Amino acid sequence: MDKYFVMIRMRFLTMLAYRMEYYTGIIIYSINIGAYYFLWKAIYGSQGEIGNVDFVQMTTYVAIGWMARSFYYNNIDREIAADIQEGKVAIELIRPYDYVLMKTAQAFGEGVFRFFCFAVPGFIIVSLLFPVHLPSDPFLWVSFFVSIFFSFLIFTQINLAVGLTTFFFYNNRGFMRAKRILLDLLSGLLIPIYLFPAWVQSIFTFLPFQSISYVPSMIFSGGFTTELVYLSIGKQLLWSVILIVPIMLLWKTAKKIVVVQGG
Amino acid sequence: MIQVRNLHKSYRVHSARKGVAGAFRDLFSRQSYEVNAVQDISFHIPRGEIVGYIGENGAGKSTTIKMLTGILTPSCGEIICNGMNPHMQREAYVKTIGVVFGQRSQLWWDIAVQESFRLLKKVYQVDDRTYQHHMDLILSTLDLSELLDKPVRKLSLGQRMRAELAAALLHNPAILFLDEPTIGLDVLVKMKIREFLKEINQTYQTTILLTTHDISDIEALCERVIMLDGGNIIYDGNLSELRRKYVTKKQISFEFTKPTDIQTLSSQTEHLNLKWKAGENMHQWIGILPISIREKASISEVMTAVSKQNEIVDLQVRELALEEIIRKIYEKGAVHG
Ligand SMILES: Nc1ncnc2c1ncn2[C@@H]1O[C@H](COP(=O)(O)OP(=O)(O)OP(=O)(O)O)[C@@H](O)[C@H]1O
Ligand SMILES: [Mg+2]
Repeated sequence: MDKYFVMIRMRFLTMLAYRMEYYTGIIIYSINIGAYYFLWKAIYGSQGEIGNVDFVQMTTYVAIGWMARSFYYNNIDREIAADIQEGKVAIELIRPYDYVLMKTAQAFGEGVFRFFCFAVPGFIIVSLLFPVHLPSDPFLWVSFFVSIFFSFLIFTQINLAVGLTTFFFYNNRGFMRAKRILLDLLSGLLIPIYLFPAWVQSIFTFLPFQSISYVPSMIFSGGFTTELVYLSIGKQLLWSVILIVPIMLLWKTAKKIVVVQGG
Repeated sequence: MIQVRNLHKSYRVHSARKGVAGAFRDLFSRQSYEVNAVQDISFHIPRGEIVGYIGENGAGKSTTIKMLTGILTPSCGEIICNGMNPHMQREAYVKTIGVVFGQRSQLWWDIAVQESFRLLKKVYQVDDRTYQHHMDLILSTLDLSELLDKPVRKLSLGQRMRAELAAALLHNPAILFLDEPTIGLDVLVKMKIREFLKEINQTYQTTILLTTHDISDIEALCERVIMLDGGNIIYDGNLSELRRKYVTKKQISFEFTKPTDIQTLSSQTEHLNLKWKAGENMHQWIGILPISIREKASISEVMTAVSKQNEIVDLQVRELALEEIIRKIYEKGAVHG
């Protein structure tokens, strides 16, 4: 366990060394939020509510969605692909640890960094600029933090699975790009799920994606009843357990067929 | 310590068809063929031995090392190292080995060397006292102390390679695998690394298997060589024996004060079993003398015969160098006799 903890710390420190890059990231995220703010403002126009959600709730939803993303987001799929394509996976395999767990630990180190150096300051800036409504109920705060932890897990697991497919399809850059865009869409980051047609929504309930962004954003913007909060977090837990299966299968098969490039 | 039986590895290579139409056809059916990188090799290396693993480019050396270190799964055959199956028991096994790939760094690029070591210490779960004691020896022998707080990306190749070696030995492994550890290094660094490897081998009885294209590495370190060609072992044995088998002649190069010719020289050494070859000019001549066990004193006889009638400016006696022997074997593709 110790070795994984060391790697979390290590990644945190490395990220800290490159923190300047992330300050520009905060600005980019704020611009994104701003763009969606004006977009929704135009859509709302003179209407007070769309689907029982008023404009301030919508702004909060958008701002929370992006700030949560800044925490759960990572690029370990691309890191894994690079490890494989550049043959660095050889070095990973001569170390006495589990490669997949180690990548998860690194992603978590990155997540912790992003949370304190990105999400928190970013959120303060955003709430000064836009009419964001923060809940006063401590229950919502606690369940929000629990749920973004699961967002991180599920997002990371999907990344791991996609990254590991590089072992089978040597060049899958296109696949990874498609995944990134699809995730933003299907997770409810760009458009809240409740605005999709009913039949699409019912399909989404059987997929893990809305657990990534829709759930924490709805919890924090007060769009869920208490019951729904529990149910959604339960579903997140379920998904993060289920997703272990494909990752283990992929990794087990990958180890058998691994070919190290270069030599 | 290392036991390899009937090891075989083949890679499946997909070949791309030409042009757009070809690329389109590749989408549906890809042509592929197998490359047999390692054919059918068996060997045993006992504890504490340093073995040189040599062969031409593409002979299958790196592929073997990758299988022995648990990275690649063998297509066929069996490996037992340190009593374990490298691939099946990877996590436990890699704790007992150290690996250096000369072409690839195992240190973290952005952080100081020392931080990398500290990280590896945690990863290999080395306790403080063992670490202190063992690392002191390594750092002083490799002369690394001054580089510790530099980030790896600021090290020169030679400096980095020394750090790589230290990293590979940090947990005091029983076996050390080195895949071209001296590639691109200058003579001084090479010497230092060889000295270090000898010392580690003597102090800890570390088994070392190294691949290299620098035959002087092999001469300096190994008593035994395994020679690979096209995925097959073509020689496995003592270096001295290899030499005995191949060194069948000595060359004696003369430089005389006056020009001379082959007839004169031949007649002067008629009673000896000596062949003459022209050197760069009429002053220089090379005598080729077969070595046989019965005629041990022949060099002095040659000297006497030649110096009686010629004034000698310079003289050199030379055996076939190991490098030439090995080149000959590569060319022939087998060891005969
Ligand atoms: N990833 C791969 N895919 C397909 N073929 C490969 C792969 N890696 C190696 N080979 C082939 O296997 C053979 C052995 O390669 P290997 O890297 O083991 O050689 P080597 O002895 O280490 O050579 P060198 O001295 O050049 O490093 C070569 O013919 C090579 O082309
Ligand atoms: Mg090689």
